[in-house]
Amino acid sequence: MTVSKKIVLRFPKRMVDRPIVYRLVKDFELEFNILKASITPEQEGLLVLELKGEQQEYDKGIKFLIKNGVEIQSLSQDVTRNEERCTHCGACITVCPTGAFKLESKTRLVIFENEKCIACGLCIPACPPHAMEVHF
Amino acid sequence: MAKTIAEINEKIKKGQAVVFNAEEIIDFARDKGIKQAAQEVDVVTTGTFGIMCSSGAFFNIGHAKPRIKLGGGRTFFNDVPAYTGLAAVDLFLGANALPDDDPRNRIHPGEFNYGGGHVIEELVAGKDVRLVASAYGTDCYPRKKLETWINIKDINQATLFNIRNAYQNYNVAVNTSNKTIYTYMGVLKPKLGNANYSSAGQLSPLFNDPFYKTVGIGTKIFLGGGTGYVAWHGTQHNPDAQRTEKGIPKDGAGTLAVIGDLKQMSPKWLVGTSVMGYGCSITVGIGLPIPILNEEILEYTTITDADIYAPVVDYSDAFPNLRSDKMGEVTYAELKSGKIKVKGQDVPIASRSSYPKALEIANILKEWIDKGKFLLTEPVELLPGVESGIKMKPLKERPIED
Repeated sequence: MTVSKKIVLRFPKRMVDRPIVYRLVKDFELEFNILKASITPEQEGLLVLELKGEQQEYDKGIKFLIKNGVEIQSLSQDVTRNEERCTHCGACITVCPTGAFKLESKTRLVIFENEKCIACGLCIPACPPHAMEVHF
Repeated sequence: MAKTIAEINEKIKKGQAVVFNAEEIIDFARDKGIKQAAQEVDVVTTGTFGIMCSSGAFFNIGHAKPRIKLGGGRTFFNDVPAYTGLAAVDLFLGANALPDDDPRNRIHPGEFNYGGGHVIEELVAGKDVRLVASAYGTDCYPRKKLETWINIKDINQATLFNIRNAYQNYNVAVNTSNKTIYTYMGVLKPKLGNANYSSAGQLSPLFNDPFYKTVGIGTKIFLGGGTGYVAWHGTQHNPDAQRTEKGIPKDGAGTLAVIGDLKQMSPKWLVGTSVMGYGCSITVGIGLPIPILNEEILEYTTITDADIYAPVVDYSDAFPNLRSDKMGEVTYAELKSGKIKVKGQDVPIASRSSYPKALEIANILKEWIDKGKFLLTEPVELLPGVESGIKMKPLKERPIED
């Protein structure tokens, strides 16, 4: 069974210079798609990945990461919408690079499709009532 | 057959008034015909929920013991400065006011996380707000410092008084430059990367009474979740705007100044707002009931998004330089399709004002009227119309020489 998941990796600074993603490909045959990367030498590294592969290999890959001191979070919980504050204006729609917001044509309510979100954070300051919240 | 507001109110009191929102009336009038619909329908309700910067509130916080004269001193609500050019304990807080230590646009684009609009929202939500004031002291008002929590329920008056709200029509903002710009119309990507508009279109109050034939001073409205009144025509009220054959303005045109008791309003409909790179503001909910006095007024309320045009304006050049050139005109029906064509290019569209919330407001107002909780008022005087000759003027700048 193939799985495909979006995850957030946090590297301690001692690991920033090691080819972690390469090992995921080489040893566990996982496909990856980098959604966001922020790596500062001598500091922490943050990588948002979409990881795809056989369930068994995927699990092994995750184990490998944890063993090496990488912190893993699943991305789906990272950006959330405060439903009480959202006014459904739509300011987020054209700001989002992946089209995670769309307008339901009949009601004109703004739908947030979490699975399309790559947690880039562009919507956070662009949202007038500050309804979008990022949790890393 | 013409009706009067008094007759409509009698029906409201008996629970017999026929009320539609400005969306429902379109199909109803199409089926029944204007004449029949005008006979059957008593009120059409409208709504809008958008960022309305020229908003603010007056407060009378009550006298401290010993007394302090805040007038001429300095007063802050949660660090946001209030206007103190009034009597001892009367204050005005504008939605755009910012704390002195807000970084503003020093690192562009600024985030503008907290300002006057947020204070108003918190007060309306019943939260305690920190009031810090300093004064110069007089014989009758000796005190020079005041630091206290205040709560809206304890103070004498909290009066929302928005000097310009509910713009009749509004620009569609685009950016033709090579860099992203951060405007009050939102984030605009370079080279026509996106476009933003800000109106509820066919639901919006003044589109449904384009010549101000029912709305005037004293018209009772839905305001911020409670009730309020039209106080005056809003600033920049410009009945002289270009209009379509049906009389629908193709530019900003009319505006409302509105007033109401903040104590009976709701934070759901007065939302503190941050506009990245621009400033703080407040999102205000307004609903205007339109009494169907005759066929002409009914016909105005049947306006559809396809009949309303908005100008496309370049916010990287024409707007900041106060030039009136437009990059085109689009209908609200086109805007609501999610994409418009500007200079042959497909441009994705987003709205700054909320249509579903505008509809919710129109429906709340409808329910209030249906249940006999909201009676219409006869305006003391209608808003100035085209015949008033009022025009919007730019500033006449005259250099000051020594």
